[in-house]
Amino acid sequence: MVEAGGRVLEIPDFSLVVLVGPSGSGKSTFAARHFRPSEVLSSDTFRGLVADDAGAQDATVPAFEALHFVAGKRLEGRRLAVVDATNVQEEARKPLLDLARRWHALPVAIVLDIPERLCQERNRARPDRDFGPHVVRNQVRDLRRSLRGRRGGGLSEEGFRYVHVLRSPEEGEAARIVREPLWTDRRGDAGPFDVVGDIHGCYDELRALLETLRYEVEESAPGVPASVAPPAGRKLVFLGDLVDRGPNVSGVLRLAMGMVEAGTALCVPGNHEAKLLRKLRGKDVRITHGLAETLAQLEREPAEFRAKVAQFLDGLVSHYVLDGGRLVVAHAGVKAELQGRASGEVREFCLYGETTGETDEFGLPVRYDWASDYRGRAAVVYGHTPLPEAEWLNGTICLDTGCVFGGKLTALRWPERELLSVPAARVYYEPAKPFPAAGAPGPLTAQQRADELLDLADVLGKRHLTTRLRGTITVREENAAAALEAMSRFAADPRWLVHLPPTMSPCETSGEEGLLEHPAEAFAYFRQNGVPRVVCEEKHMGSRAVLVLARSEEAARRRFGAVEAGRGACLTRTGRRFFEDAALEEALLDRVRAAAEAAGLWERLRTDWLVLDAELLPWSAKARNLLVRQYAAVGAAARAGLGEAVAALDRAAPSQPEAALLLDRFRARADRAVRYVEAYRRYCWPVRGIEDLKLAPFHVLASEGAVHADKDHLWHLGALADLARADSGLLLATGHLVVDVTDPESAAAGVRWWEELTGRGGEGMVVKPLDFVARGPRGLVQPAVKCRGKEYLRIIYGPDYDAPENIARLRKRGLARKRSLALAEFALGIEALERFVRGEPLRRVHECVFAVLAMESEPVDPRL
Amino acid sequence: MILQITTTHLPATDLGYLLHKNPSKVQSFELPFGRAHVFYPEATPERCTAALLLDVDPVGLVRGRGRAPGTGEEYVTDRPYVASSFLSVAMARVFGSALAGTSRERPDLAGAAIPLEARLAALPCRGGEPVLRRLFEPLGYGLSVDARERDEKFPDWGTSPVAGVTLRGTVRLRDLLAHLYVLVPVLDDEKHYWVAEDEVAKLLRRGAGWLAAHPERELITERYLKHRRRLVRLALARLVDEGVPDPDEEAEARSRAEEALEERVGLGEQRVGAVLAALREARARSVLDLGCGEGRLLRALREDRRFERIVGVDVSWRAVEVARERLHLDRARGPQRERVQVWHGSLTYRDRRLEGFDAAAVVEVIEHLEPHRLEAFARVLFECARPGTVALTTPNREYNALFLGLPPGRLRHGDHRFEWTRAEFEAWARAAAARFGYSVRFLPVGQEAPGAGAPTQMGVFVRG
Repeated sequence: MVEAGGRVLEIPDFSLVVLVGPSGSGKSTFAARHFRPSEVLSSDTFRGLVADDAGAQDATVPAFEALHFVAGKRLEGRRLAVVDATNVQEEARKPLLDLARRWHALPVAIVLDIPERLCQERNRARPDRDFGPHVVRNQVRDLRRSLRGRRGGGLSEEGFRYVHVLRSPEEGEAARIVREPLWTDRRGDAGPFDVVGDIHGCYDELRALLETLRYEVEESAPGVPASVAPPAGRKLVFLGDLVDRGPNVSGVLRLAMGMVEAGTALCVPGNHEAKLLRKLRGKDVRITHGLAETLAQLEREPAEFRAKVAQFLDGLVSHYVLDGGRLVVAHAGVKAELQGRASGEVREFCLYGETTGETDEFGLPVRYDWASDYRGRAAVVYGHTPLPEAEWLNGTICLDTGCVFGGKLTALRWPERELLSVPAARVYYEPAKPFPAAGAPGPLTAQQRADELLDLADVLGKRHLTTRLRGTITVREENAAAALEAMSRFAADPRWLVHLPPTMSPCETSGEEGLLEHPAEAFAYFRQNGVPRVVCEEKHMGSRAVLVLARSEEAARRRFGAVEAGRGACLTRTGRRFFEDAALEEALLDRVRAAAEAAGLWERLRTDWLVLDAELLPWSAKARNLLVRQYAAVGAAARAGLGEAVAALDRAAPSQPEAALLLDRFRARADRAVRYVEAYRRYCWPVRGIEDLKLAPFHVLASEGAVHADKDHLWHLGALADLARADSGLLLATGHLVVDVTDPESAAAGVRWWEELTGRGGEGMVVKPLDFVARGPRGLVQPAVKCRGKEYLRIIYGPDYDAPENIARLRKRGLARKRSLALAEFALGIEALERFVRGEPLRRVHECVFAVLAMESEPVDPRL
Repeated sequence: MILQITTTHLPATDLGYLLHKNPSKVQSFELPFGRAHVFYPEATPERCTAALLLDVDPVGLVRGRGRAPGTGEEYVTDRPYVASSFLSVAMARVFGSALAGTSRERPDLAGAAIPLEARLAALPCRGGEPVLRRLFEPLGYGLSVDARERDEKFPDWGTSPVAGVTLRGTVRLRDLLAHLYVLVPVLDDEKHYWVAEDEVAKLLRRGAGWLAAHPERELITERYLKHRRRLVRLALARLVDEGVPDPDEEAEARSRAEEALEERVGLGEQRVGAVLAALREARARSVLDLGCGEGRLLRALREDRRFERIVGVDVSWRAVEVARERLHLDRARGPQRERVQVWHGSLTYRDRRLEGFDAAAVVEVIEHLEPHRLEAFARVLFECARPGTVALTTPNREYNALFLGLPPGRLRHGDHRFEWTRAEFEAWARAAAARFGYSVRFLPVGQEAPGAGAPTQMGVFVRG
């Protein structure tokens, strides 16, 4: 019947819509009218794609394979799909129903049951439909057969959850499609929520918990709730398993039903509700696991209450997606790929979870630990499995703390993420297996135990990481492969690897005579990027070291999950342990720990762990091999080779003018070889023990609750100067100078400072924006730019680099790649720390650190 | 780099005729890697010295034409200062006629043995002075060698591998030049800077007449050919820290050393045999070779049709490439392609691809892991991958004393992080077996020695 304004056809906004109707019934017209072109998958289109002819009947099989594939991809991405094909036979619909089930989309049938005469007429009018009238006749017959049967016809019985039948072209034209969100989809509801774990009839504890949460509970008689008033705006969420085992199931049900009806609570069903409902419906179920208690208590209630309970239970939705998709609640939890979808499998998972098929020593099914593999974005709050404590694991938390077994009743406040609980007054029910489970609880949290093993799938292959500072950063597959090898063969325990430092670009190449680098270029870079003030820091002549330091074993365990793995680590810039000698490392860390104690740094930062960025001297402590095998060997060969050349030329020069010219040239080269040797020697002194080491920290990267990227460098240098004063035998403060790059005089002072440093044989300086993180017109600005001294560069570019014919060529060097890597690595390094400070799972920290290492395998000029 | 050739044959200045270079002039030549100059520091009838001075362009080596492949792109290199294949290239260019033994003015002298002295200011001597002497003394030269410290300020850094060397002999000039032409790069034994591929052929031509009879001809030719196709893998080299040269190269050298040590007792083969026996006994049809290296065990597994699925896994990308190449996986077709595969992976990360196999071989792998990563390894293998049978081998440290050439206390391989006694291995294996629900039995691999056991120990773990 055509109503005024047309019929309203309700469909879920995420569904697989199957159009059903004979050829010529107007399906494509209907689809074009009511759906977006990209939503409609027509068999004719796919015949055309695979066989160049929309009418090619012999291409039907491959065309449908392709159509099913594309439909599957749309559903996988949680997008609606409309299948425009005749679909009049059950065999044709079956694969579509399977597809909907596979991706947990609701199947919808829209039937165009148009009189056969009209279909035949239309086909005659179309030149591409040259099949005989028997074809349509058979299709109409098949359609009739499909519609036969009880309400909704055979289509409902086949599995279509919505069936809309349109009897005329006019009805199809006038109809209006209304897309409804799934019942599970309550993303618009931001709460705030108080989520309560498995109650099992523990009414008194529920009441006590509600009062702790500042809900006001009125009772009409003891144990009989009349009304509950939540604190302003808050909403209660029941995670299911309200019934069975406990002393006052009726009271709990009454309270929950009342609040759900009043709109002050949401409730998802548990497996116990599912079983109770079947019992109330008269199904034959085994009276076990505390169902007897429920039935006995409900017997004492009026029949009307029991009917209301059945109705309430029947209306419960498997799970809810809340708060913009940030929170998902389900009784047994729900995997990421099932969230916000609907199917029998989704419901089963939400009620029972998954089992491995094995049974444990108590005869109970072994549950598949989906939470340990969870990688979804939404926090999943669930119950079902009684545990002694509610603990976060990979963004999921189980709130069943076994109240009915004598444990406690737990609530989670969202979005505050606060946990509150009320102890059980007594053991109400003896569990099938001991609760809490036998054996002393280990020293680590569930998350820390899970973090002991990282998954290859979380690091390997091409990866896209989201960082706060620089958005999405892509890691190339071959770089990840190189990093895997370095990480597996050489790196320290991943629990200590919470940061890796970024690479650092030099300043633009200077045009000054005899120089490759000069502070003027560094100052100009920052000025052009809108940074007015910079800090010049003396570049220490050592190796980069990251110190991860816990104040105590307790802090190491609690914050790093380190048991018998020491109280910290001293790492190289590629994540290796700096020292092969564990005792030396421990001695160094102890000294820094003691200095932090003496300087009051722990108290000042209110922390019991620290991450410091530093330079460890001498360079020969780590690079002795390189110095001996390469630098010294080259120096010895150069001095010997050039020495004899000079001597020979000296003998020839008096008689041959060309030899005299060569003599000058080789004397200059011999002189540069000597200066080269002097340059590397400044980095060398013998290290017999800790007394020969120097540590120059320059960043306080992170401490409890804070990544100190929000402080300027003077804060960092100040805090570390205090630290250095506490142990001047080991620690060096970093000399520095603030320069206003918009003031020529200040810039000139900066240049003089650099000339003085490098004139004394110093390595040079690092110029940083005064703020740790600076942004300019083109986004993130280099966090640091180095400006190396003339003599130091001799050990980078070779002894003869500053000969006029060489330096002219060396000036041609491209910094772009290096700079873009420096920014990506900086953003990743800070991201790693921020994730660590927020207490995210280790894999989330590790993927950032891993990405820094992967970036470092990019081929860039190693001399930059 | 400077080479000086001196003669005292009277009149000494005839050297100029032999070399086709006028003693009163400086002559210069352009070469692909810089310039060469010839001049005479001394030219008297009694004594005449010709100098060949190379002025190698250090920047050009890295950036310009004549850039050598596989040089590691280093500016800090000894190449401009030492005698190397550059010297050979320069001699061929500058002293071509002398090398060929022709002299227009003094043809008789060119064919005569005369007293000659060659001085090389900086000659790299791989293998040290003994190798230097083994190469030149059979050719009739007397040598004096000036050893130098790497750095006189740091005596503990040892002696420089580059020495000043003087050769003295009564030989034809052409022979002296040919000897230097061939043997300088052999002593250098470094990456060669071949300007063109045919330089190799030229080199061998220069050996005509004396190389075949040289007692060290094998060393000479082997060193020549070894470096011609050196694979350069810089990606990993960039990731390891200062002071560690190319880790792949190191690993290869160490593996060679270990192989040499063990091959004397035929251990490699016996190990493959023992593992194969354990896997066959378990009736495994799908097998993992974890830490497959370059694929020695994989090749043995492939020969046995009972193994229907064979997967090798290694953390070294280079090893994976070599294994794939040796197994010709790129040429496998049809079912063969599925049957044998080599994957890049790590044994310290959980890897779902490793689940569901009947058996796993872990041959000489665990000793390459840091002790603190063994916990992760055990869980990855026994808890996650969970194969039905695991055949795991590791060196038996007690046997090390019986290896000739292995100093006491040293491990067999430079990358071994530990080596276990039988008691240590068995304690670890039993604990792991008990924890993860396996039983374990132990078998010796190789000839057992009283009190020391076999060189390799194997644990066979069976699930359930």
